[in-house]
Amino acid sequence: MDQSVFERIRNDIESGDVVLFMKGTPIFPQCSGSAQAVQILGMLGVKYKSIDVLANPSVRQGIKDYSNWPKLPQLFIKGVFIGDNDILAEMCETGEFQKLLVERNIPTNPS
Amino acid sequence: MVEADEIKHLIEEVVPNAHVILEDLRGDGNHFEVYVESPAFAGKSRLDQHRMVFSGLQGRVDSTIQTFSLRTAAKG
Repeated sequence: MDQSVFERIRNDIESGDVVLFMKGTPIFPQCSGSAQAVQILGMLGVKYKSIDVLANPSVRQGIKDYSNWPKLPQLFIKGVFIGDNDILAEMCETGEFQKLLVERNIPTNPS
Repeated sequence: MVEADEIKHLIEEVVPNAHVILEDLRGDGNHFEVYVESPAFAGKSRLDQHRMVFSGLQGRVDSTIQTFSLRTAAKG
């Protein structure tokens, strides 16, 4: 990966406590996985920064290389890759995600 | 697009003793729901379990297939 892309991604990941790389935006998600991630975070009332990879092809590929993960969306909490919507959904079902948010001091506001 | 059988075989090749259930959601070879169960997943994080599955699919999840919804379980 190009160094500048790597740095750009690094900056994006560190730009917020909760960062979601997705296709589209939270208002207009462009894939079902991204829509699911947005829905889950919304349901828990988690504030997050979203990065629309469709707006930047090098980030779209770069984030997959960075995380060693071939899919989108990708959720990062305090710089750590948590997973995609499948991982997120399962962690929510078991309560692991909610527990993780508490452990990492991420405020929630469940609806 | 990819055939469901091909996906099943590719997963079985890299995940020992895998029990694979998959559904071609639209019948178009582009949207799959996949469940993989294997004792080989024991002790591995969910992330690593999924990575094991992805490793068998040789980039198809990245480029060819539109939706690939995956669940894994350490069982069997």
